[in-house]
Amino acid sequence: MSADTEQRSIRCLVAKVGLDGHDRGAHVIARAFRDAGFEVIYSGLHRAPAEIVQAAVQEDVDVLGISILSGAHNTLVPKIVDGLKEYDAFDDTLIIVGGIIPDGDREKLYELGVAEIFGPGTPMEETVSFIRENAPERR
Amino acid sequence: MSQATHSALIEDLLAGKHRALARAITKIENRSPGYRDLVSELHSHTGNATVVGITGSPGAGKSTLVDKLAKQYRDQGDTVGIIAVDPSSPYTGGAVLGDRIRMASNVGDMDVFFRSMSARGQLGGLSTATADAVKALDAFGKDRIIIETVGAGQNEIDIVKTADTVVVLVQPGSGDDVQMLKAGILEIGDIFVVNKADMSGATKTVADLEEMIHMRGDPMAGLDTGHHGFEIPEHPDSPDGDNEDRWEPPVLKTVATHNEGITEFRGALEKHYTHLKTTGGLQANARIRYAEEIRQHLRSDAARLLESEIEAAGGIDRLADQVADRRTDPYTIADELLQPLTECVENRLDS
Repeated sequence: MSADTEQRSIRCLVAKVGLDGHDRGAHVIARAFRDAGFEVIYSGLHRAPAEIVQAAVQEDVDVLGISILSGAHNTLVPKIVDGLKEYDAFDDTLIIVGGIIPDGDREKLYELGVAEIFGPGTPMEETVSFIRENAPERR
Repeated sequence: MSQATHSALIEDLLAGKHRALARAITKIENRSPGYRDLVSELHSHTGNATVVGITGSPGAGKSTLVDKLAKQYRDQGDTVGIIAVDPSSPYTGGAVLGDRIRMASNVGDMDVFFRSMSARGQLGGLSTATADAVKALDAFGKDRIIIETVGAGQNEIDIVKTADTVVVLVQPGSGDDVQMLKAGILEIGDIFVVNKADMSGATKTVADLEEMIHMRGDPMAGLDTGHHGFEIPEHPDSPDGDNEDRWEPPVLKTVATHNEGITEFRGALEKHYTHLKTTGGLQANARIRYAEEIRQHLRSDAARLLESEIEAAGGIDRLADQVADRRTDPYTIADELLQPLTECVENRLDS
């Protein structure tokens, strides 16, 4: 392979935010993404929204996957979205949410800019192909 | 990339916009169209940062040590850029880049710019990409740049060699680490750190290391292994026959998780940097580094140029089959493919 061939790779940040200690799902997702050929950055547990923003901006990820099982999505997701906007990173980052989101809250998250919400039991292939199809075209 | 976005990106980067820096590194990593021009333009803005390369076996505590070191740099008012290189799967190209998790002391501090990079199966390309990413951080205005990589082979050694100071991290009590050192990493270390020094066996590991380093400085001090006249090649810290200028790599103990020994570690880094400055090692290092960069570019550019010659000759598979059928041999094919280039160079020399 010549050193000058463009080598694009989809970069994802798998983020656990807030006081939510359940990371099995995030781990499974991280591995599945890796096996799909993505580059995965895992945030670790108990991250503040500002930390997620910092990681998403610096790592220049195509996809930000937020895993929330604590029910605090209405508080945490807007903070992350605002942070991304502050650093001009909102427009070309695909935001997806995984976890338990009540039906009544979904519309609000979509309005904020979340592209898709994947609940429990979502087949891994579905999430992977959604990312492949919707990962933003970069300039 | 259009020229307009290109210069806008550089402008934003030099103005200190984090997003522009992040995007520039992405372009470098992806080898996006125009990335060469980008790095070319950044180059004139570089040369102000000190670069430390840290390598060691997986689990030795590199990320934690880097985190604590970065914190100290921040406390003294310096801005920090970190590049953490992780292996990627040779099968899928995928990777889990986990070093970021350990950056607990600097979360939310945007003046620590942390970037994970994966190997992406590039042959020799990763050290180029890392060196280019370091330039982006340098041009951005970072005072301190730290490169962190798993010390596993030549590729990783090439990466840390882009640093002014190379730190080799070892954990105590594991014979495997000393094995790793034998494999060539010992020669490149300017500073050795035995991390997790509260574990049993730390003192012995320090002693082992000190002995090995001592032998490195004077190879004849050890058993006669038949390597008469052995010299460490191109090591800028050991100018011939001048012992006063020689840098004796220290072996330090740290417990990074408890923040122990970090101040001493930073002190040793400063000392080495001062040593480089006073002995002219800094310039010597830079010369070796840039010479290698030029050669690396020439190799890959020439190889790319010749790809079209290979295609014109019917493709690499056809040529390989000819060799397998004993109709020709690899040297002859290489000569034939190089013919146009050889002629061109000879004509220039004649005129």
